Amino acid sequence: MRRYFLIAIPYVWLLALFLVPFAIVLKISLSDAAIARPPYFPQFDWAEGIRAFIAELDFENFVFLTEDDLYWKAYLSSLKIALISTFFTLLAGYPIAYGMARAPAEWRPTLMMLVILPFWTSFLIRVYAWMGILSNEGFLNQFLMWTGIISEPLTILNTNSAVYIGIVYTYLPFMILPIYSALERLDGSLIEAAEDLGCSRLSAFWLVTIPLSKNGIIAGSFLVFIPVLGEFVIPSLLGGSNTLMIGKVLWEEFFSNRDWPVASAVAVVLLLLLVIPIVLFQRNQQKQQEAEQ
Amino acid sequence: MTLKTMTMTAVVALGTAAAASAEEVRVYNWSDYIDESLLEKFEAETGIDLIYDVFDSNELLETKMLAGSSGYDVVVPTGSFLQRQIQAGAFQKLDASKLPNSGNLWDVIQDRTAGYDPDNAYSINYMWGTTGLGVNVGKVREILGDDVALNSMDLVLKPENIEKLAACGVHFLDAPTEIIPMALRYLGENPDSHDKDVIAKAEPVLTAVRPHIQKFHSSEYINALANGDICVAVGWSGDVLQARDRAAEADNGVEIEYHPFAEGSLMWFDQMAIPVDAPNPDAAHKFLNFIMDANNMAAASNYVYYANGNKASQEFLESDVIDDPAIYPDEATMANTYITTPYPAKTQRAVTRLWTKVKSGT
Repeated sequence: MRRYFLIAIPYVWLLALFLVPFAIVLKISLSDAAIARPPYFPQFDWAEGIRAFIAELDFENFVFLTEDDLYWKAYLSSLKIALISTFFTLLAGYPIAYGMARAPAEWRPTLMMLVILPFWTSFLIRVYAWMGILSNEGFLNQFLMWTGIISEPLTILNTNSAVYIGIVYTYLPFMILPIYSALERLDGSLIEAAEDLGCSRLSAFWLVTIPLSKNGIIAGSFLVFIPVLGEFVIPSLLGGSNTLMIGKVLWEEFFSNRDWPVASAVAVVLLLLLVIPIVLFQRNQQKQQEAEQ
Repeated sequence: MTLKTMTMTAVVALGTAAAASAEEVRVYNWSDYIDESLLEKFEAETGIDLIYDVFDSNELLETKMLAGSSGYDVVVPTGSFLQRQIQAGAFQKLDASKLPNSGNLWDVIQDRTAGYDPDNAYSINYMWGTTGLGVNVGKVREILGDDVALNSMDLVLKPENIEKLAACGVHFLDAPTEIIPMALRYLGENPDSHDKDVIAKAEPVLTAVRPHIQKFHSSEYINALANGDICVAVGWSGDVLQARDRAAEADNGVEIEYHPFAEGSLMWFDQMAIPVDAPNPDAAHKFLNFIMDANNMAAASNYVYYANGNKASQEFLESDVIDDPAIYPDEATMANTYITTPYPAKTQRAVTRLWTKVKSGT
């Protein structure tokens, strides 16, 4: 009995904080916008019953999303930005995690602290700091002009490059931590064995270290890729007005058009875009593991 | 300024936390939009604790109003937004018996705001202004010559002009409901048109100048103008005047002027209203009545450089406010202004879509 109770806790959590909100968003996405409070129709009314309520719902908003090329362009553009920035975060994060895992044991808590330390400052303030660094009269341009590498300031702020820089910086710890924990557990004798058997250090890294840290890489990539896909704050502060991302489109549907139903439909599609590939991926992983056993 | 307001908010909020049982009133107003000593004066006069929060976009306020249970007693939407929120049932009718100072209001402004709020049943005017040009006089003259008209839409909507100004920097408000009517006015169309075919005519005008616009933003231009980072901004009157004063204080050789458009400017009104679910409507009425006091309203306008809808306050206004045609325009300029009304949902969608297309090219 107690065991069931313990197992139930995460399920209740999932139900209350994920499934119920999702059902509400789904319900709104099937409604129509109206000038009312809240601004959509139909509202659920106990007197009329659930049947009359469901009869009012339709998929009109989802059809609408397919009619304007803005939406799929925004999804594709977000997907591209998320993929590229996950790649660069991995590129920057892996060596850091590797260095941390290989550092003397007494240094590791300090190094870990240094990775987590930026979280103690508000995320918003850190993004604003990047605006100061990247602007035309900012530190970066002043430094580059001082060294003589460039003679005219580079325009970085308000471009997609600034968005990539901001994302890689912000999400780096989410990449480092899972990879670090995978690498830390790595048995050093395996690498010694590989080298004894004639592997060069580089091929030992490719053949032993990378495959054994695969789970950390996958976890880190998901932790970066998923939130970046729906990212709103970084592109709106660092990006230009031609940076197209689904988070911005969603904001405009919700605030400028005050069309909550279409905004909800955009959110539902975004969620499906995320959940379906992840479920397929996990199923594939499971099959592989079973095959290995 | 914003920081000051925020600290103020925090101080007021802290003060109230100590005396939670006392009566309180929660006000949600635009940032940089009041003389903060008025807030203390209200608390001293009425004994009601005042909690003062700020916002910076109508869209944000509207979403809170439409979602309901905002917890605020007084909010300050702009006219066209107010109108739609009234239709949605977001506000309660004002109780005239609790507002003895309403006799101070200015009939000229009342007549215009009645277009949004029939009989002014739900709101009182706080401040009003126009949307026009903020110009760095020296730099623009240097680039376009001494004879250039600093008050014409040609400056920013004629490609050969804005092309030359681009290197120096041009900002536009990120507000489709202000910029699209402006482009329509430039074409000689009805700026308040709700006809999608007419609205579509604004697109080529804006697309032609888009490559030369550095940024669409509704508040950054204040500092950018004051620091001399940009030459021209399409902005709100009082904000440009704040930039003018900051430049004068900094004594950095930057001279900023505000000009309503010679072709006609959009006139807008920020209205104080009481949400239908306000926790303390009694105190909200007291706050409205306090604001309508001639001396208090004059203090607010003297501080933020926006005109107000309070006739009686005019004798207490400083001469650099009441006599400045950029704040209180002369009759010819007033007659040349236009107002806009809220778009129906489908038209609003077309407007937002056009705006995205202009800004991002998709």
